[in-house]
Amino acid sequence: MSRQTSRFDAKKVNAEFLTLTYGALVTQMLRDFENVEDVNKQLERIGYNMGMRLIEDFLARTQAPRCLEMRETADRIQQAFRIYLNVQPSISNWSPALDEFSLIFDSNPLTEFVELPQDLTNLRYSSIFSGCIRGALEMVQLEVQCWFAQDQLKGDNVTELRVKFIRRLEDAIPAGED
Amino acid sequence: MTVFNLYIFDKFGTLLYYTEWNRTKKSGMTKEEEAKLTYGMLYSIKSFVAKISPHDPREGFLYYKTNRYALHYLETPSGLKFVLNTDTAALNVKELLQLMYAKVWVEYVVRDPLWTPGTPVTSELFQTKLDEFIKQSSIFGLRSI
Repeated sequence: MSRQTSRFDAKKVNAEFLTLTYGALVTQMLRDFENVEDVNKQLERIGYNMGMRLIEDFLARTQAPRCLEMRETADRIQQAFRIYLNVQPSISNWSPALDEFSLIFDSNPLTEFVELPQDLTNLRYSSIFSGCIRGALEMVQLEVQCWFAQDQLKGDNVTELRVKFIRRLEDAIPAGED
Repeated sequence: MTVFNLYIFDKFGTLLYYTEWNRTKKSGMTKEEEAKLTYGMLYSIKSFVAKISPHDPREGFLYYKTNRYALHYLETPSGLKFVLNTDTAALNVKELLQLMYAKVWVEYVVRDPLWTPGTPVTSELFQTKLDEFIKQSSIFGLRSI
């Protein structure tokens, strides 16, 4: 499967294709799970698994070195959104300790043709983003929390994704060494 | 010039892949033992280099050389470790490893849905592509040992 897809450059795939495929995935999951919370959780989990792999592609493309502080990390995430989704979120709302920031999206490619029905106000439609960021950063030894503070689907002006640094994960020591 | 062998480790020290080309002397242990020994040494060198460096070490440990071979080390920020043994005359091995990471590892392992991260790679396609990649590189010449 990966053979056929790898021939397409990521930039050359029509954005609508992604939007609609993602829409189909969410629709199917809403049908499969009774509970909206479960769908949120599953989308997050799928995103996490994607992020774990996507980070390798990102590192290979950009040859980015390890980040020393959250500002750099924020810039890289911004860069990643540009590479993979061709959108440039702006970074703002830094916490005083510089361990928490927001990614502000004026438009979200995943929700291009989407309107949330009344009974699905609990659905975090783009949960895949937060999972993806969490999975990718975990692979570079950063534990973060990631959630939606504002969502255009819920009537807000912009979509705001909040990222909070929790801790730096330590390198594993080889087995047999104390 | 020539290439001897290649180890790929993940950040937990799991041997994800091993292959060899012109290796004439065996270590006399199993592949697993040898990998463990190699990883342990790399881990020690890495922390040694970081601690002993008189400057802030930017890239850390890159390679070492003996009179018969050179060991080249590339670690990605995600903790993957590529270790390539070549003869001592090989040039630009770091660039080669970086290219291998981007063109072979990401392409044929990370994008392979059948591969579970953190497990050894068994994909034949990856093996073929890696072999091609190394054999085409300028440092893989005739053996001159």
